[in-house]
Amino acid sequence: MSGRVLVGVKRVIDYAVKIRVKPDHTGVVTDGVKHSMNPFCEIAVEEAVKLKEKKLIQEVVAVSCGPQQSQETIRTALAMGADRGIHVEVSGKDYDSLGPLQVSKILAALAKKEEAQLVILGKQAIDDDCNQTGQMTAALLDWPQGTFASEVSLEAGKVKVVREIDGGLETIKINTPAVLTADLRLNTPRYATLPNIMKAKKKKIANMKPADLGVDLTSRLEVLRVDEPPQRQAGMKVETVEDLVGKLKEAGKV
Amino acid sequence: MLTSTQVFRAGLRSGVRLQSSGATAARATSSPAGSLGYSFELTDQQKEFQQLARKFAREEMIPVAAAYDKSGEYPFPIIKKAWELGLVNGHIPQEYGGMGLPIFDSCLITEELAYACTGMQTAIEANSLGQMPVILAGNEAQKKKYLGRLTEEPLMCAYCVTEPGAGSDVAGIKTRAVKTGDEYVVNGQKMWITNGGKANWYFLLARTDSDPKCPASRAFTGFIVDADTPGIQIGRKEMNMGQRCSDTRGITFEDVRIPKENVLIAEGAGFKIAMGAFDNTRPPVAAGATGLAQRALDEATNYALERKTFGRTIAEHQAVSFLLAEMAMKVELARMAYQRSAWERDQGRKNTYYASIAKAFAGDIANQVASDAVQIFGGNGFNSEYPVEKLMRDAKIYQIYEGTAQIQRLIIAREHLGKFKK
Repeated sequence: MSGRVLVGVKRVIDYAVKIRVKPDHTGVVTDGVKHSMNPFCEIAVEEAVKLKEKKLIQEVVAVSCGPQQSQETIRTALAMGADRGIHVEVSGKDYDSLGPLQVSKILAALAKKEEAQLVILGKQAIDDDCNQTGQMTAALLDWPQGTFASEVSLEAGKVKVVREIDGGLETIKINTPAVLTADLRLNTPRYATLPNIMKAKKKKIANMKPADLGVDLTSRLEVLRVDEPPQRQAGMKVETVEDLVGKLKEAGKV
Repeated sequence: MLTSTQVFRAGLRSGVRLQSSGATAARATSSPAGSLGYSFELTDQQKEFQQLARKFAREEMIPVAAAYDKSGEYPFPIIKKAWELGLVNGHIPQEYGGMGLPIFDSCLITEELAYACTGMQTAIEANSLGQMPVILAGNEAQKKKYLGRLTEEPLMCAYCVTEPGAGSDVAGIKTRAVKTGDEYVVNGQKMWITNGGKANWYFLLARTDSDPKCPASRAFTGFIVDADTPGIQIGRKEMNMGQRCSDTRGITFEDVRIPKENVLIAEGAGFKIAMGAFDNTRPPVAAGATGLAQRALDEATNYALERKTFGRTIAEHQAVSFLLAEMAMKVELARMAYQRSAWERDQGRKNTYYASIAKAFAGDIANQVASDAVQIFGGNGFNSEYPVEKLMRDAKIYQIYEGTAQIQRLIIAREHLGKFKK
């Protein structure tokens, strides 16, 4: 199967950063904070590049929706082996309210425009943990979906996906074109090598706006308030099992 | 979000080294590089290189650094991974399979790797030193053969000049190379050769003119020597105070025959070649010392924000915060010094003055900052379960190799006075 794979990459606050809530409780502090590619998106890029290396697909296109800085995330994907990038520019208030619904509309439009065989995304982003974009994109396209993929193999006109589910592993076979979302154990993303970083400079990133794709960014959600999780309270020690059961009953837990 | 581009770039440039967030004050970075004539801005590519090196250092090197320090085992798996990513042999020109990086970019990478472990980073850096004479003075055939080898496989090389009886006084080396037919026969003893036991080939400096009155500028010859040449005896791995995973050895040459094709430039040209390498390698060494110092500063700062005494974190006590302030001053200045010296070289200028200043300063402050870090950790700092005692042990060599702190001062004085005499 030859063809084009669209990979969505999201720029998120780096996983190692200690998150601080803004004093006005409208969100978290992002100014001056280190950002990087969402780890699950890295896994998605790696899978796409692997498919290309196995000559099962021809072209990997990395897409990111966001402000100017999203281009750096796309560059990282290019340095990992993606062939070209598309930056859908969303900034200001639109970016603040950008969520899975809007992104999936954009990705669906691009998947059609680029005639993609596969759309591979991370299963979720580590900032909002929505776990919705892949599923919504598939629904908008009316394509089959293989989510929480821990193993992907392409066969003629189909994809075999081993999915991580609560009960264990589920293997499904779906037709292409399809949407896949990458789970943690799908692969180990490669480092971009220095030579590839240099080569990535020559690869193209196309710019466009959501309006160019006919996508309306209006959000149906309004964030009322963002708070830190409650501080962990001190525990207490008890002497016997009876005491423990008694205390649990008192607290209404049992 | 208005200034997020500027702030983000400022954050990236400063490294955002502390893992905690908190808005960094927006710095005025909006002027494009060059419009004010002097720029502290990194290019996007430089930032990406730096990010790659940083990621590799944090994820691959730091987790294993303590173990390698304890065992002293050569960190070849790390070196191999770094080589695969293109982080090694940055100086080798592209026509021989290298990255052909400017010295500045190499320094950025070196600082990041040194942050993780200077033992591993020195093993990598010794490659740069060993190959520099070939890059600067080799002919096409020599470059293709010996530099090409390093880029085709993760092989090491070494700079073989120091002897048991002569370190700073390079002109005092006694290893003799006598021309016999189409070969040179070499006899002598080298010492403290980094990568000595792991190198595939050496840059060797030996005396070819037996006349003691012959000036240094004509008495020595630079050779490329394959490490498996018969007669080379590699000594035991030396147990050092720090950078313990780096391989340092004595090497004995007993009637070692070197073909004349392996002479760099010509007989008698060796001294200048050997010394000329340093203008290119001292900035990265200074960068390494800076990386170590930055690590010491970061570790000490994180500790100071957690450890409490007399009812508050020790960072809130002025004695400690002043220590940290002075450590920060030193790290920032060392960085600027090595960056200037690398930049001067990349501009095509002789950078001896700046390179020596950078190396001398960075070596000195690395020791001070590492020692202060141990102090801030208190009793814990003295203990091997905490990372700072290793930094203190590792730092010392920066005042010794690549030209001792005293030699650097000689050079700086000479350069400085030379300017005034003009």
